[in-house]
Amino acid sequence: MTSLRGKVAIVGAADTEVGSVPGLSATGLCVDAVHRVLEDAGIAKSQVDGLVTCNSMAEPYMYHAEMIAEYLQIFPRYCISVGAGGGTTFSILHHAASAIVTGLCDTVVIAMADSLRTGVSKTQAMDMMASAGHPQFESPYGPTIPAFYALIARAHMETYGTTPEHLAAVAVNARQHAARNPRAQKREPISIDDVVNSRLIADPLRLLDCSLVSDGGAAVILTSAERAKDFPHPPVYLLGVGEGHGHEHISQAQSLTTSAAVESGRRAYEMAGLGPADIDVAGLYDCFTPVVLIELEDLGFCAKGEAGAFAAAGELGLGGTLPTNTHGGLLSHCHSGNPGSMFALTEAVTQLRHQADDRQVKDAEVALVHGQGGIMSSHCTLILGTEAGG
Amino acid sequence: MTGTDGRNWPRPTPETAVYWDGCRDGRLMIQRCSACGHYQFYPRLVCTECMRTPVEWVQASGRGTVVSYTVVRQAISDAYAAQVPYVVALIRLDEGPTLMSNVIDGDPERMTIGMPVEVVFEAWSEDLTVPMFRACD
Repeated sequence: MTSLRGKVAIVGAADTEVGSVPGLSATGLCVDAVHRVLEDAGIAKSQVDGLVTCNSMAEPYMYHAEMIAEYLQIFPRYCISVGAGGGTTFSILHHAASAIVTGLCDTVVIAMADSLRTGVSKTQAMDMMASAGHPQFESPYGPTIPAFYALIARAHMETYGTTPEHLAAVAVNARQHAARNPRAQKREPISIDDVVNSRLIADPLRLLDCSLVSDGGAAVILTSAERAKDFPHPPVYLLGVGEGHGHEHISQAQSLTTSAAVESGRRAYEMAGLGPADIDVAGLYDCFTPVVLIELEDLGFCAKGEAGAFAAAGELGLGGTLPTNTHGGLLSHCHSGNPGSMFALTEAVTQLRHQADDRQVKDAEVALVHGQGGIMSSHCTLILGTEAGG
Repeated sequence: MTGTDGRNWPRPTPETAVYWDGCRDGRLMIQRCSACGHYQFYPRLVCTECMRTPVEWVQASGRGTVVSYTVVRQAISDAYAAQVPYVVALIRLDEGPTLMSNVIDGDPERMTIGMPVEVVFEAWSEDLTVPMFRACD
């Protein structure tokens, strides 16, 4: 098998405004993200020959990537829209990297956006909620998305002694980082007490254990390592990538407390020739606080069952051993649905370009980002670095 | 699909009709591989263990234990709001497979992982009966 290690690089990265952006539709946000990323990379749209998007929930199109290409009058030779929940963004990058290495295209824009805060009707929101569960064997019982993750949190607490305060530490960390990020949606400080006393949504998850509902989009440009040297910013190389797919519905999961992040992480580390100790900064999918704990364990940053104590000890902070979600994450920066994890990717690029200002991880050279979609269903781990390696 | 009461009604398919017909008759039907004896849920065309067919339908004991649970405080939609707080649980049947259901007729605050439960059937319409669970000894 051909390794992708060091063969492609991210040469552009950009976010739209996030949070509440009523002045733009979901399509408008996606186009805005493309516009900004072209500017960041310093290229014309005519140089783009690949376009990948994910569909919007607020404003869906049957063929979304074609719609965005049409809107911008871009005429790519590689054009797809994909959907696999929060894991989508990084799986797409995996596929787009493969497309570049196999010669399908040279320069790919990956752009995603949605308007979940201001662009979704109540009926659309209810349909989205109901469609998350199996239509015959889960949805009739009224499980909300927080409820699915609450089942996971409860099992982790029962098995490993994880506490509500451990979960809260993840939310507090995200908010501390968001406070240093002027673009983040929620920046006012919160304490452990605030989290554990916030309103119960689905036991044991409380309001502040849950991510935000946001408008927002982001885009990156991926090209071959050879071409990457011709762009204005230093390239951010793809060193490792791996996926793992365990189930679609949580009632079919082989384990509630160990996920396919074990496989995706192992595959990414193997390709990169790196391990957890080599990671300077991480972006871990944080739709709900317990997800981060399981990812920390399954990606090898702590032993199974010890992530709660790891988070509570401040290891996810800027002074910790693994600064995580330095932009504020889905919990405090923004969460616009399927595009949500894109912001962890653009943040990783910002960190590796050493442009993260007050939240910069000093001398960051290697970043790991991990996305998961569904209910801990599909996982993709990316390892990025400032050097292509040998 | 949204049912006449606004709740999320299952729409049986040819592969699952035996299950939903069984519920209407007060029997919890699961599948057992006629070749390797593996029990499975939800209903499938093939055995997920050995990929052989046919899988046969058998009536489950209807007893199991709670693997995990949550108490939903904010309903999925207006049609479920009157039931708040309601328990969504994963239940491992004594035969082996795990399924999702509501645990009803008890105090949600007294739920525990590992607690034994048994199936009860709740008619939602003339045609549709949905299996629920309640605590048992």
